Amino acid sequence: MSGVRPDITAIRPYGDTLDDGRIQMSFTLPMEASEQAREAARQIALGMGLDDVTVVHMRDLGEGFSFHVLYARVTVSVDASRIVVAKVTTPVLGFDEVNEYIAARYTRPVRVVGACTGSDAHTVGLDAIMNMKGYAGEYGLERYSGFQTWNLGAQVPNEDLIARAMEVDADAILVSQVVTQKEVHVRNLTNLVELLEADEARDRFVLVVGGPRVSHELALELGFDAGFGSGTLPPEVASYLAQTCVIRGTAATRADGDGGA
Amino acid sequence: MNGIDERLRVDRSMVAACRDHARAVADGVYRMISGKTTVSVERTICRLLGIDGVDERGVPLPNVVSDYLQSESLVGDGAWYTLARITAATGCAPIDSARRIAAGQLDATRFAHIDAGHARELLDPHLVDGIARIDDARAAREELKAQYPHRSQPWLYVIVATGNIYEDTVQAKAAVAQGADIVAVIRSTAQSLLDYIPYGPTTEGFGGTYATQENFRIMRKALNESIRETGRYAQLVNYASGLCMSEIAVTGAFEGLDMMLNDSMYGILFRDINMERTFIDQHFSRMINAYADIIINTGEDNYLTTADAVDEAHTVIASQFINEAMAKRAGLPSRLMGLGHAFEIDPDREDGFLLELAHAELVRRIFPDAPIKYMPPTRHMTGNIFKGHLMNAMFNLASVLTDQSIQLLGMLTEAVHTPFIQDRALAIENARYVFTTARHLSREIRFTPDGVVQRRADQVLEETHRMLADVASTGLPAAIEAGRFAAIGRPVSGGKGASGVCETGERYLNPFADEFARRLDERREGDR
Repeated sequence: MSGVRPDITAIRPYGDTLDDGRIQMSFTLPMEASEQAREAARQIALGMGLDDVTVVHMRDLGEGFSFHVLYARVTVSVDASRIVVAKVTTPVLGFDEVNEYIAARYTRPVRVVGACTGSDAHTVGLDAIMNMKGYAGEYGLERYSGFQTWNLGAQVPNEDLIARAMEVDADAILVSQVVTQKEVHVRNLTNLVELLEADEARDRFVLVVGGPRVSHELALELGFDAGFGSGTLPPEVASYLAQTCVIRGTAATRADGDGGA
Repeated sequence: MNGIDERLRVDRSMVAACRDHARAVADGVYRMISGKTTVSVERTICRLLGIDGVDERGVPLPNVVSDYLQSESLVGDGAWYTLARITAATGCAPIDSARRIAAGQLDATRFAHIDAGHARELLDPHLVDGIARIDDARAAREELKAQYPHRSQPWLYVIVATGNIYEDTVQAKAAVAQGADIVAVIRSTAQSLLDYIPYGPTTEGFGGTYATQENFRIMRKALNESIRETGRYAQLVNYASGLCMSEIAVTGAFEGLDMMLNDSMYGILFRDINMERTFIDQHFSRMINAYADIIINTGEDNYLTTADAVDEAHTVIASQFINEAMAKRAGLPSRLMGLGHAFEIDPDREDGFLLELAHAELVRRIFPDAPIKYMPPTRHMTGNIFKGHLMNAMFNLASVLTDQSIQLLGMLTEAVHTPFIQDRALAIENARYVFTTARHLSREIRFTPDGVVQRRADQVLEETHRMLADVASTGLPAAIEAGRFAAIGRPVSGGKGASGVCETGERYLNPFADEFARRLDERREGDR
């Protein structure tokens, strides 16, 4: 980076020179393509506090819409040294390590019930984490000797998920949410926590949510214990569940001071 | 044909053996479902007999009738016979009978039984009317197509999914203006598990818009406007799948849809719907699709979202053979079989594109007359929209190079959100660029006889053959139970909608099925 070190307390986007603040963006306006539309696009960018705005491409999309690609300069900066992001902090263990970890500290496999809840029919993420085959060469929870799993599949009502978790005396509940249109996932996840609280059962389970638009921060905000976003591999979830369930599990394991957290 | 065949060598005797096995598989399924009907087939008969609308509580009248049949243990007699029996006693037309059942004013069990010939004859005018509605919708499409022809294949297929049918029409019309040939309205996520078709226009849905007859009508009207504006025919797609397969098929046939998603196994595998229910429903729905001249889209592409695209490539082709064999049993000609597959190989894999070409070329060669539907990358789309746009371009290149028919355009924002208007416009621009610049590339290509593509195609065909031989020996239900397709196992007796399956009794009639079969036979004779 040409010898000049970025100032962590005043971070700006980088194009080809430190602190040039160059960004690209694109959006559609409900106006057919015209010089008026191009100027409207530019003024929207100016209104966002951007400088040096250029509309480099405009295209008519039909039905009274136009698409715009813009370059501009950001005038604000961010003090990145003050940013704290909620993260899952349990260390990630390997497949055998997880199994050994559980075997050494738990008298039975950790029980996990998973489902895509509400109207969500997309089981890709849940299956990637739970099924034998797993994802990207990493086995799913079903393959671990340390876990006993129930994959309830798609479109499971929250009530049914809770009933099943109670019935098998689960240690953890895994919820997958892919469809996020109109924030349906937030409502759905909130509802699950509320139902658990109403049953006074929230503390019985380690509650985890996964999905492409899920972050750990969002999960905590909604009352979950952890959230895993896109690109999460099965061992990350396995490690978290193993360590967290053991900590939560029995006084004996807690007393020996080896919770792994 | 010969010129094309030289591009890739395909062992014709092995293909013929695959077809034999697939036929045996379909025979086994048809033995399993013979003498059975479902509540949704009976509701379809109601719709064909002119029963539509809802009761005071908003329950669709076809459901009022099927619920009544179930509560009085009359499903075995069927909707046709029971409605005819009511007509014989009261003179009521089917729609009036349905209203009286809804009002609780009718006890059909008290009416005298009638003989089959009389039952058939009594409702014949309604059969004629019902079929005429399908004929009219088809004729209207034919007329438009004659005036405003299709563009050449691969056709550009895009999806709209705002949840609001009126917003969908804006997006659909914009997409056609940008160059789309086919518009599919994605259904609201939970609809496949609804045991009824919602009624009227809808403006709220999740991940899609409810399939209702009124929504179909609204979208057809909008597309017809686009056709006249652009001078090109634009096709409309919806989903004959889930618990209402045949009912939605007939709704689509009434409203002039051009394509419907319709897979013989999808509901079982991906929606955990009961096997018998699915097999029975898919049969009647496909008869309707065939009669209405609607192209079906099968769902093999979905297998590769749960199973590995290289390891499991043969399961896709095995399933296509089975879908073909089942479709033939329902009277669908090859030109209406939009068999599905997908471009889902890990982009980091060396020579992955060559393997994609082998798979796509093999499918094209095995099913030369079928309008093959090619699905875009989804599994390895990450939110890196720039790489995603490039992967979609490679997908488009594979398609034009192997003469695919129906190109479902990949969105650069796959895995991010349901498409924005510009996502769709960029996807269409991408496909039009690749299809134009490489339009006749397929005519110039010959795959090296012992090269990667040829060897991979040989290998996949062999694996397909082995799998079909296995499935033919165990039967399809056992193969599904064992998780042979999409790596998902489903028990024979499990699944949703099982309680809606019923054995047909001695009095049972489905004259629509008989009439569709008769007319489809005539049409086939006419084609010869």
